[in-house]
Amino acid sequence: MTSHTTPLEYQSKQTQMNILGFWIFLGAEIVLFSTLFASYFVLEHNTASGPAGQDIFILKDVLIQTFILLTSSFTSGLAIHSMRNQDKRGLLIWMIVTLLLGAGFLYMEINEFIHYVHEGATIQTSGFTAALFTLLGTHGAHVTFGIIWISLLLVQLVRRGITVQTSSKLFIASLYWHFLDVVWIFIFTFVYLKGMVM
Amino acid sequence: MSLDEFFVTGDPLILASQIAIGLTMIGLIALITYLKRWKWLWNEWFTTVDHKKIGIMYILAGVLMFFRGGVDGLLMKAQTSRPELDILNAQHYDEIFTTHGVIMILFMAMPMLIGIMNVVIPLQIGARDVAFPKLNAFSFWTFFAGAMLFNLSFVIGGSPDAGWTSYFPLAGKEFTPGVGNNYYAVSLQIAGIGTLATGINFIVTIMKMRAPGLSWMKLPIFTWSTFITSIIIVAAFPILTIALLFMTLDRLFGTHFFTVAAGGDPMLWLNLFWLWGHPEVYIVVLPAFGMFSEVIATFSRKNLYGYKSMVFAVAGIAFLSMLVWVHHFYTMGNSAAVNSIFSLTTMMIAIPTGVKIFNWLFTMRKGRIEFSTAMLWSLAFIPCFTIGGVTGVMLAMAAADYQYHNTMFLVAHFHYVLIPGVVFAVFAALYYWWPKMFGFKLNEKIGKWHFWLFVIGFNMTFMPMFFVGLDGMSRRMYTYAESTGWGAWLGFSAVGSLVMAAGFAALCYNIYWSFRYASRNVGSDPWNARTLEWATASPAPHYNFAVVPQVEQLDDFWYKKKKGETGLKKKDLKPVHMPSNSWTPIVLAAAFGVVGFFLVFEWFTLAIVASIGIVIGLIANSFDYDDGYHIPVEELEKEEREWRGDLQ
Amino acid sequence: MSAKSQGFPWNLLVGFILSIALTLLAVFVAIYTDFSNHVILWVLGVLAIFQAIIQLFMFMHVTEGKEGIINVINMVNSIILALIIVFGSIWVLTSGHASLH
Repeated sequence: MTSHTTPLEYQSKQTQMNILGFWIFLGAEIVLFSTLFASYFVLEHNTASGPAGQDIFILKDVLIQTFILLTSSFTSGLAIHSMRNQDKRGLLIWMIVTLLLGAGFLYMEINEFIHYVHEGATIQTSGFTAALFTLLGTHGAHVTFGIIWISLLLVQLVRRGITVQTSSKLFIASLYWHFLDVVWIFIFTFVYLKGMVM
Repeated sequence: MSLDEFFVTGDPLILASQIAIGLTMIGLIALITYLKRWKWLWNEWFTTVDHKKIGIMYILAGVLMFFRGGVDGLLMKAQTSRPELDILNAQHYDEIFTTHGVIMILFMAMPMLIGIMNVVIPLQIGARDVAFPKLNAFSFWTFFAGAMLFNLSFVIGGSPDAGWTSYFPLAGKEFTPGVGNNYYAVSLQIAGIGTLATGINFIVTIMKMRAPGLSWMKLPIFTWSTFITSIIIVAAFPILTIALLFMTLDRLFGTHFFTVAAGGDPMLWLNLFWLWGHPEVYIVVLPAFGMFSEVIATFSRKNLYGYKSMVFAVAGIAFLSMLVWVHHFYTMGNSAAVNSIFSLTTMMIAIPTGVKIFNWLFTMRKGRIEFSTAMLWSLAFIPCFTIGGVTGVMLAMAAADYQYHNTMFLVAHFHYVLIPGVVFAVFAALYYWWPKMFGFKLNEKIGKWHFWLFVIGFNMTFMPMFFVGLDGMSRRMYTYAESTGWGAWLGFSAVGSLVMAAGFAALCYNIYWSFRYASRNVGSDPWNARTLEWATASPAPHYNFAVVPQVEQLDDFWYKKKKGETGLKKKDLKPVHMPSNSWTPIVLAAAFGVVGFFLVFEWFTLAIVASIGIVIGLIANSFDYDDGYHIPVEELEKEEREWRGDLQ
Repeated sequence: MSAKSQGFPWNLLVGFILSIALTLLAVFVAIYTDFSNHVILWVLGVLAIFQAIIQLFMFMHVTEGKEGIINVINMVNSIILALIIVFGSIWVLTSGHASLH
């Protein structure tokens, strides 16, 4: 009987498949966000009687948000680096830093939304604001989901240590986090910078 | 909201259905309780992660939805069978054609095909299950929750009535104030989540779980077409997600994505809908092509002609499928350049499709064709589908399309594509793979009744619609004047729809008859087939293969049979790892359904409360480290001896 | 997850510094240069794509593992889809009927 060795093989194959499956899911996410971008580009000049991008965007705040998210992507990379060195403490610390930065980003984004509403740009104002809020909101919802998800994974990490399963889960979560950073880069470039220039 | 706004009242047809649904539900619950089957149902079906059982549940749901969608179709045919009839009023007719379209595409064609993929694909590649069995169960239950929610609209709140395409501004709150279209937006969203998960699941399954030696160019064509279909699912369904999100926001939260006056663009909905909708056509038709390929090769007793060109044709269709969406709205005022380019890409699709048609014909050439029911469906498919394809090329020409657009000609065209392309394929697949699912064949004699009634009825129903369409009858007309002269055509068409319904009844009777009386002694390979799913018992054991087969060539099983190498060596048996059942998929999907229902009625507080159920389900799922169990060698040996006799 | 020990994560640090630098460069180009809007948009687009590539290769290790080549194909496929959706939608929705604005 070799039943005590089969599960481990199976697990490693299963985690390989999980990671591949998640990459394919990220492919779907690219399509999802590009649909949002496409809709935004179609509607961005349709401000009806409401404000346009230049009227409401604050470059300084958005730049800070960008740096926070870029840094969190870096720290989640460091966390995975620690994980691969079997350094549970480093992994935990860098992931918590990542989560705090994510929370900071969310805080700023919520403030940004409040600011827009004060400027008279609610989601119901125009085609432009509908597309803007939905694009930003979908990204923000992803970040929120990521924070809750990674927190749950950290609980599992503390309980179980670095195992085949916990490590693959955390690796997948880090892919997700980097991906949100990529999406943000495009939002920063094609929503904010483009909006300020044009 | 008062009670008589909540329940749909005032129409005797609907009242009768409400009573019938209520009685059926009570009867079903009483029956299960009386037979003490709840526990069995929960353990064996509701919590199962077995791809074969999930597949069977998909098919069962698909048959039910086929009945519902079919009744809708019959009602439309009855209403238009004579001029100036008043069986359905205009509003009711609108609701019926909307639900007919949505149900037939999303809740009949999709689950039928995904169900057959579920049953067949892991067996065909020599795998024990799909890559993510629990996610697979989640896919099924979210589809089911979406389908049930959509069907609920019929008795609670009112059905959607803006057509299956739900174009804005008609589908917006201003022109469709009721909850009907909320049902459309929310239930499709829920079902869509499951479909996307299915796509990812099958991509990984086919990439990573193939039997040793089964390299890409040795894969059966059905596996190939499922793989490529899954890629299109992953490419297209996120677009629907966003389109439906916009629709939901517009209807529920007063945004202006599609309101011209506030800077929205109704054309954006059309653009997004068809960016998903056109690939969706190929999502339903490509697996069907794969099924026909298997059936035609098996019953011609030949290998499939032009295997490689078949693979490239499927891949080519998949690529082009993302580049043709505008042909659904040529008449909406696009620039000449847009219409010309999309005309070209659309007509190009005819090339790989033609390659496939010729490959099927050449497979049959000089074959020893056996006219089984499954093969009859495949034979009828080729001419019927070609009519659909050729009229498609007519519609592809933008300039000419201005004549045909939104006429009955178009309706006839896509029924000639989808019924032979999908429904015939599903029927062929059911007859072909039925023994693998249940261990007995469907009756061939009743099958031939089913076949002839359905095919003749189909042609009677839809052929006349080409002519009234060319004569100027636009689609979605609930009645027409006698002076149009369409009465005779549409009367004939209505008779045809009854013949088609008789065909469907024959299928139902066949299933009943075969469950009661068909011989259980059909062996593991009743059709003398070519692919791996026939290398294991019928019905397939829950572990699929006691020993994962080693593959050397295309149609490996066929050649192994000839050499008599299909036996099983006892020393090769090893314990088999299996995934455990799980309650999370069904509970999560139920939570999605409940949240969806509250969203439909815009009861946001309740929706938020109910969504806690989703969160808890996801957390429970994340903390679930269940690693399945092992089937010991003794049990494998016992089960294998039951159908193989002695082991080597 | 190999247990092999890795040294100082240079690639992460370089990736991080590059992404900060590229962001600042993008802001500079957008705000402080006099190129035409058309040119600026192209420059910004190229910079964004560079950043995405940095994330993919230096942070997400896209080519890692047995599936490296599959991941790259998957990403290329998704990017092609993204381009079809974005440029297709803009072209279709702004070239004809929508010349309202």
